[in-house]
Amino acid sequence: MAKAKTGQGKMPKASEPKTKKPKEKIPKETLLKIYRDMVRLRFFDDKLNQLVASGIRITQHSTHGQEATQIAATNALEPSDYLMPYHRGWGWAIGKGMQPRHLLAELMGKATGCCKGKGGVHIADWNLRIMGRPGVQGAHIPIAAGVGLSIKFRQAKDVVLCFFGDGASNEGNIHEGMNLASVWKAPVVFVCENNLYALFTPNVETTSVRDIADRAQGYGMAGVIIDGTDAMAAYQAASEAIRRARSGQGPTLIEAKTYRIHGHTAMDGFHLGGYRAKEEVEEWEKQDPILKLRKRLIAMEYSTAAQLDQIDQKAKEEIEEAEKFAKESPYPTQEEIFKDVYVEDVQYA
Amino acid sequence: MASKELTYVQAVREALWEEMKRDERVIIMGEDVKINVWAATRDLYKDYGDRVINCPLSESGFSGAAIGAAMTGMRPVVEIMYPDFTMYAADSIANQAAKYRYMCGGGEFKVPVVFRIAGSGNSGPSGCHHGQSLEATFIHFPGLKVIFASTPHDAKGLLKAAIREDNPILFYEHKLLYGVKGEVPEGDYVLPIGKADVKREGSDVTIVSYGWTLHKALRAAEQLATEGIEAEVIDLRTLRPLDKECILKSVAKTSKLVTAEEGTKMGGMGAEIAAMVAEEGLDYLDAPIKRVASAEWIIASSNYAGQMGIPQEADIIRAVKELV
Repeated sequence: MAKAKTGQGKMPKASEPKTKKPKEKIPKETLLKIYRDMVRLRFFDDKLNQLVASGIRITQHSTHGQEATQIAATNALEPSDYLMPYHRGWGWAIGKGMQPRHLLAELMGKATGCCKGKGGVHIADWNLRIMGRPGVQGAHIPIAAGVGLSIKFRQAKDVVLCFFGDGASNEGNIHEGMNLASVWKAPVVFVCENNLYALFTPNVETTSVRDIADRAQGYGMAGVIIDGTDAMAAYQAASEAIRRARSGQGPTLIEAKTYRIHGHTAMDGFHLGGYRAKEEVEEWEKQDPILKLRKRLIAMEYSTAAQLDQIDQKAKEEIEEAEKFAKESPYPTQEEIFKDVYVEDVQYA
Repeated sequence: MASKELTYVQAVREALWEEMKRDERVIIMGEDVKINVWAATRDLYKDYGDRVINCPLSESGFSGAAIGAAMTGMRPVVEIMYPDFTMYAADSIANQAAKYRYMCGGGEFKVPVVFRIAGSGNSGPSGCHHGQSLEATFIHFPGLKVIFASTPHDAKGLLKAAIREDNPILFYEHKLLYGVKGEVPEGDYVLPIGKADVKREGSDVTIVSYGWTLHKALRAAEQLATEGIEAEVIDLRTLRPLDKECILKSVAKTSKLVTAEEGTKMGGMGAEIAAMVAEEGLDYLDAPIKRVASAEWIIASSNYAGQMGIPQEADIIRAVKELV
């Protein structure tokens, strides 16, 4: 399939949203917070790559290149809203408020991690309403629909933001979960990050549509396409979908056209010139979401290069500190490792 | 305590009705749960409205959705129409429900969901897609509890306990048990999960069984008694966790063990019990352990051939006689 290697991954209509909505103005503080989180994520991602290269066993699905959508969409949530994450990256965790030190400690299996060193990649945090990152692709879509159902029963005003990738979009659970969410008019916002590859396979070989958002029509929900490297577009699309969900208008499927600059995992040795052309990667590197937002913040006079440099510096320091914290933290005790398989305190009365 | 006679399915329905009354977080999810082929959830919607949710034919989907609802404040009771269909829902049950609490570090993550696996076991032409006994499949997953009640009394008490537990539970119901009648106490009661019940005392051989086969074991024991062999019949009631103490205590008394189940032999409940007794009670035994189980076959979808491979009283009697 040498043909599939080149060309299919170039920017497809990425900056032409299917549904044109009046753009709302994003507050300056929000945009600066999004910039800050994106930079924290980039340094965090780089740090993981570094740690893996140094021989530390961490499962790393790099978010490099996909910072905009994950960070912007999670920043559009209220603290009480639920997040149903997916396997790629850690942007959703940082955007939803998790401290990099707790995230890194967990990935390194330390007792100070958000899941006490027992969850690893299955990042979760009850207080932050991060509902557990699944390892089986698509399994979480029905779970998200169920959280939405529960919100309706409890007459709460929360929403669920649920991520998945273009690869998972072919799972049967996506079909079942989206149908349920739609039938129940559940307050769920689905975000599919389409980075064009599932593992080492280009999605033209596996997927019936070029735009995953087209599938929304089959579930009677709105499908929206955004440029996934554009944080402002992602924030606006997510905010609109969240508003619709919160006001009882049901789920939306947002497809973010994006690209993973690194391979599937840190162990992927085929992503440069193997299953995709080096030129294609270079083309997408020009769409760096952080540089894009940085330019716009300066152009809009929301910030100066010097101020943004200062944010960068602080983020770098925070990640260095997180590394120190994680490395110095203890592993969980044997007693802790075998705890929590069941709720032991059973009350029938 | 005053009691009344109910069929098994009436006892299941009564447990559901009472728990829905008791706790408004209890909701019913599944295919056709308003009218319901088994009548277990029939007309509950008339009293509980939207809390009874007719779901699409999406076993994986609505089982997963139940997990999401359970973690965030509801207590769903899901009906899976046949055990065969749990294969679609297997990821939701075994990979998600069973593991969620642990993989999220414990703490506040709880999955209080009950999967009622209705219409278990073979009857008439049910066959290999509507008649399997797959309960042993799910004992393999820590994080789950597995219940299989054999009487209306046990079904009601155990289902009520299951609904009140904060752990994910599979509750198996054999399709031939639904019409079985029995005395059920008036008023509220729960039975402890994880405790077996000695349904018949005896000193010559221990027969461990559960579900529909338990009734065959009891009839076999009566037959054996006419020939002077007194069998002790244990009803497991809960398959995971296993009540080792009850089994070992009985084997210590009788020195002989027969297991009887409707699932296939390899990797079945009998295999687990035999292995446990071999590990922890070998000295009690003075004969090999006998496992009575379904043939290693595909259940024929025929009223005639379908019964051929299913263990009957005669098979249990034969197994006992090989030991005594």
